[in-house]
Amino acid sequence: MFPTLGAMKNKRRVVMDAEGIDRSLTRVAYEILEKNKGLDDLVLIGIRTGGVYLAHRLQKKIAAIEGREVPLGILDITLYRDDLSRINKKPRLGKTEIAFSLNNMKVVLVDDVLFTGRTIRAAMDALIDFGRPRLIQLAVLIDRGHRELPIRADFVGKNLPSSLWEEVSVNLTEKNGTDEVVIEPEPEE
Amino acid sequence: MKWERKDILGIKDLSREEILLILDTADSFLEVSTREIKKVPTLRGKTIVNLFFEASTRTRTSFEIAGKRLSADTINISSSTSSVVKGETLIDTARNLEAMNPDVIVIRHSAAGAPQMLAGLIKQSVINAGDGAHEHPTQALLDMMTIRAKKGRLENLRIAIVGDIAHSRVARSNIYGLKTMGAQVAVAGPATMLPRDMERMGVEVHSSLEKALPGADVVMMLRIQVERQHQNIFPSLREYAQRFCLNGKNISLAKPDVLVMHPGPINRGVEIAPEIADGPFSVILDQVTNGVAVRMALLYLLTGGKE
Repeated sequence: MFPTLGAMKNKRRVVMDAEGIDRSLTRVAYEILEKNKGLDDLVLIGIRTGGVYLAHRLQKKIAAIEGREVPLGILDITLYRDDLSRINKKPRLGKTEIAFSLNNMKVVLVDDVLFTGRTIRAAMDALIDFGRPRLIQLAVLIDRGHRELPIRADFVGKNLPSSLWEEVSVNLTEKNGTDEVVIEPEPEE
Repeated sequence: MKWERKDILGIKDLSREEILLILDTADSFLEVSTREIKKVPTLRGKTIVNLFFEASTRTRTSFEIAGKRLSADTINISSSTSSVVKGETLIDTARNLEAMNPDVIVIRHSAAGAPQMLAGLIKQSVINAGDGAHEHPTQALLDMMTIRAKKGRLENLRIAIVGDIAHSRVARSNIYGLKTMGAQVAVAGPATMLPRDMERMGVEVHSSLEKALPGADVVMMLRIQVERQHQNIFPSLREYAQRFCLNGKNISLAKPDVLVMHPGPINRGVEIAPEIADGPFSVILDQVTNGVAVRMALLYLLTGGKE
């Protein structure tokens, strides 16, 4: 069988390679420091699981620029999801590890892909339960649009307009062995 | 591993994978109780009924706190304040509760099998909080969680369970769970307190404490049910204490890093000496803390959507 035109269009596309990801993160690290005028009272919170790897990378880059490490926490947003009473099987719960107070801190939330905004809504609700941060900012590697809530990112690695039915995957060495951002084909009917 | 069960009736029918999922989930829930705001919105709008036909402080409070920390509404019904004293049967009580549409019913009953019967009658999830001398699954799960947290594993550990094995649902649930997870279990107690078919459960049976302790990584002391004294299964508390009380002397027979556990409430000086209950080997209060996390994990896993 020859592939149809539709199937051709739906081929897997790599939209960002390892160097692209690294350069974007370097720029985002500088932007975070610029906007916050240094790293006083700054903390990074990575959202499980992709955001955690990216937060670690940003932490390293910031340390290389400023010579000092920012505290890093890990947030699992599962308990704050808005679809828990609708989905049939409960998602596996990961550990939240925030070993410092968030009171009066400038929190930079880190995630891999910003899509509907629902994850970020859940993350903000969770953070508020840990204290009262002075402010919360959002850093993402990919902003693919299609927001369902009034949420925007402060730091964006790459804006990636995508179709609602496509899947955008951020593969990271720590997770799947390679660094790349891929648009996966629409699932065939 | 996907969760498929409607009810938690006993440890006997849980697989290794199910136990691991519960313990992992409970580990993640432990952190919620350390927060400034000890509450997550996960079970908003869900209702949990604690139906206790037998006295309990620890287990009932633990379930109540677990439900509240998940934002569920929890309602406690104990037999002394319910229509049970007016002669209502368990089946009628259950049907009436079902009509009020709760999401989970936690039941403790003196009759073995009561939770099972309830689970078969109603569509809501049922959690067994102790039924007669049958099972007490949440206690065994919190015990396994505590052991795993301290020892890093359950496989190939040697666990000694000491006391009234025959009447203990805690012992039975722990034996099922620990065997499933690959631990070795030894039990010890007076002959009148050891069931006859014990070896068939794959455990070592000893009639003295000193024989069960050597090489033990964990010693679980069971509560002596003082109210059973009149059933002639032991001559006196003093004699029991002389032979089976865990104290500063006999504990040295176990491994140097032994964990001492007790499901509570403790009879100080009967099954466990005060200096051991409050001593460095004791993880009795960790058990209580972990109990809340285990119950949160079960409530979370059981309250799936209706689609």
